[in-house]
Amino acid sequence: MTARRDTAHVEFRGVAKSYDGRTLVVEDLDLSIRTGEFVTLLGPSGSGKTTILMMLAGFQAPTAGEILLDGRPIHDLPPRKRGIGMVFQNYALFPHMTVGANLAFPLEVRGMDAAERGRRVERALRLVRLEGFADRRPGQLSGGQQQRVAIARALVFEPTLVLMDEPLGALDRSLREEMQYEIRRIHRTLGVTVVYVTHDQQEAMVMSDRIAVLRGGIVEQIAAPEGLYEEPERAFVARFIGENNQLHGRVTAMLDGDVCDVETGGEKIRALKVAPCEAGDDVTLSIRPERVAINPEPGSYRNEVSARVEDLTFLGDHLRIRLAACGRDDFIATIPNVLGHGGLLEGDDVRIGWTVSDCRALDHEHP
Amino acid sequence: MKVPVAHERRAQLRALGLVAPLLIFIGVTFIAPLATMLTRSVHDPVVADALPETLALLEAWDGTGTPPEAVYAAAARELERAAAERTVGQVAGRVNRVQGGLRSVVTGTARDLGDIGQGPWREAMTAIDEAWADPATWHAIRTTGERFTARHYLNAVDLQRLPDGSVASQPEERRIYLRLFLRTLMVSGVITLLCLLLGYPIAHLIARAPPHRANLLLVLVLVPFWTSLLVRTTAWIVLLQTQGVLNDILVAMGLVSDDGRLAMVYNMTGTIVAMTHVLLPFMVLPLYSVMRGIPSTHMNAAASLGATPLQAFLRVYWPQSLPGVGAGALLVFILAIGYYITPALVGGSDGQLISNMIAYHMQTSLNWGLAAALGGVLLAGVLLLYALYDRLVGVERMGLG
Repeated sequence: MTARRDTAHVEFRGVAKSYDGRTLVVEDLDLSIRTGEFVTLLGPSGSGKTTILMMLAGFQAPTAGEILLDGRPIHDLPPRKRGIGMVFQNYALFPHMTVGANLAFPLEVRGMDAAERGRRVERALRLVRLEGFADRRPGQLSGGQQQRVAIARALVFEPTLVLMDEPLGALDRSLREEMQYEIRRIHRTLGVTVVYVTHDQQEAMVMSDRIAVLRGGIVEQIAAPEGLYEEPERAFVARFIGENNQLHGRVTAMLDGDVCDVETGGEKIRALKVAPCEAGDDVTLSIRPERVAINPEPGSYRNEVSARVEDLTFLGDHLRIRLAACGRDDFIATIPNVLGHGGLLEGDDVRIGWTVSDCRALDHEHP
Repeated sequence: MKVPVAHERRAQLRALGLVAPLLIFIGVTFIAPLATMLTRSVHDPVVADALPETLALLEAWDGTGTPPEAVYAAAARELERAAAERTVGQVAGRVNRVQGGLRSVVTGTARDLGDIGQGPWREAMTAIDEAWADPATWHAIRTTGERFTARHYLNAVDLQRLPDGSVASQPEERRIYLRLFLRTLMVSGVITLLCLLLGYPIAHLIARAPPHRANLLLVLVLVPFWTSLLVRTTAWIVLLQTQGVLNDILVAMGLVSDDGRLAMVYNMTGTIVAMTHVLLPFMVLPLYSVMRGIPSTHMNAAASLGATPLQAFLRVYWPQSLPGVGAGALLVFILAIGYYITPALVGGSDGQLISNMIAYHMQTSLNWGLAAALGGVLLAGVLLLYALYDRLVGVERMGLG
């Protein structure tokens, strides 16, 4: 299969899904995935991410809209004819077959001869670094090894599209991190298109070319990991990806250059206007903790407020400081452990500052 | 092994005390009767106790011609005593089973001997009945006189011991048990197969249903257990008999003419239909418990890997359900080969199974030795099957839930 970059491999057009005919699990989804791209559907449980994957795999039918694969609608194709590799939650390895037989299964049902089957199974095992495991049963393998077998089985028949449904959910933390890099390596080696579902934002950041953040069946934002982190467009996305301080305030004035003044907790903050808003609208200000400077040179930041140190936590590579500022006592700032903690003590009165571009005025959420 | 300290020993004793009622119950109601019956199948002291002297003297007899006068004298004395002690009927019955027609000879002779005060006994007894001059009569007495005997087991598999001690087949008209065993095995096999064909989809349906619906379906499977077995069986008579519901419907639909009504009960068909119905839950339950453990994602996984539904079933689902199939089939088969009440009610004459013959010998012919031997053969068959299953599948893999 020749890699056709910049062409849509998978396309969702106005796809909606409802199980009971009333509530929509997925609402009006438009999503285009390029060939060879690694796209993660990220969201809390109930956000519709697994449903989207199941519709793509063919186990669920959309209530409205259509899904295109290589430009062709696929709603008439049963799962077995879609040629999509899939890694299931809990692996779904067949326990009564050896690892080799599990891998040979998709080749067998395609009528491939035994010699070619053997070669491909061996190649797939080598890809996931499990040479010599062909004769074991899945039950004799560790969770991580089973995971590798499941990935190898989804790849052995050389699909161009692979779906993964929270494949690392059952693994412990260190193994999960190892497998994230493993999956990334395999993706880069083979160049297949991957659609990955997870609720773990770090997992999504490690592997993805683009991440679609989902909530309540709606894509809140789809962007590359840096884009999501640096330029969140929704308060939910800012909160879900990485840590941030969210201050609720009201716009007092609109200025030129997509900048606005916001009043929050008795302070007047100048922020980047992201959400469409007018003077008098409620907004949420999002400020990343590592962009907050403690006791900066006076005048070096547009936004400067006074604060008091409430709590200091030493976390090895960085210091986490909880401050009382802007009318709240859970304002977080982090400083890297490069210069020590600069002689800060709990109860100190300090000044904190941040730039306009690091302070984004996002949509207001009613709690 | 470490010696248990006092309080551990007390705890063990208390635990033993709690299970003791069950152990005693099983001992009294299951193990003891079983042991008694199995003993009875090889041990029969009635004739040996009644005619000890006669039998001792017969030992020396070479088996040709009539026995010596001393045997007749002993037999006359002991038969007279047996008549007085009223055990002669039991003796006559046992001798009669070996050699038909001897019952009246023995009882008649015992009665008439009272009028004859003295010998020679050979002439006296032969005068009462010619049969006493026949060596076969004495062979029969010698055979039944064995305290420990294999003749019930030989009988149960259509064999007999000839006077010269060799083992041979029963005469054609007396060979009934092997055929009956064979028929029982075949019928049980058919019933097991039918239960599997009917039960497999039901079990799958229940295993895949959402919990509340699965509970309802399970209750429906179990409802027959709440109804008396007798009621269920007679219900089948109502449905299947010549003037029954099913025949009426077939006639009304014009599929069967009124005088061509189908005979579906009081024959093998009736036995198979009713027993399949009665035994179905025993297939469904183990199947269900195994199928519930097969993740539903497996079929999706097979489909995503390119398998057709049939391939997915044959290669992925069926092999994983085999422990349930094995357990259910073994359960149904073992229950079927020992089943009694249903074939007795709806089986007619050609729907009878081996257990009905055992019941006949227990209740009607009172040949408990033979009944016990037939039971023993059945038990051995079941144990053999179990061992075979263990060898082929492994009992520990059996999914009884």
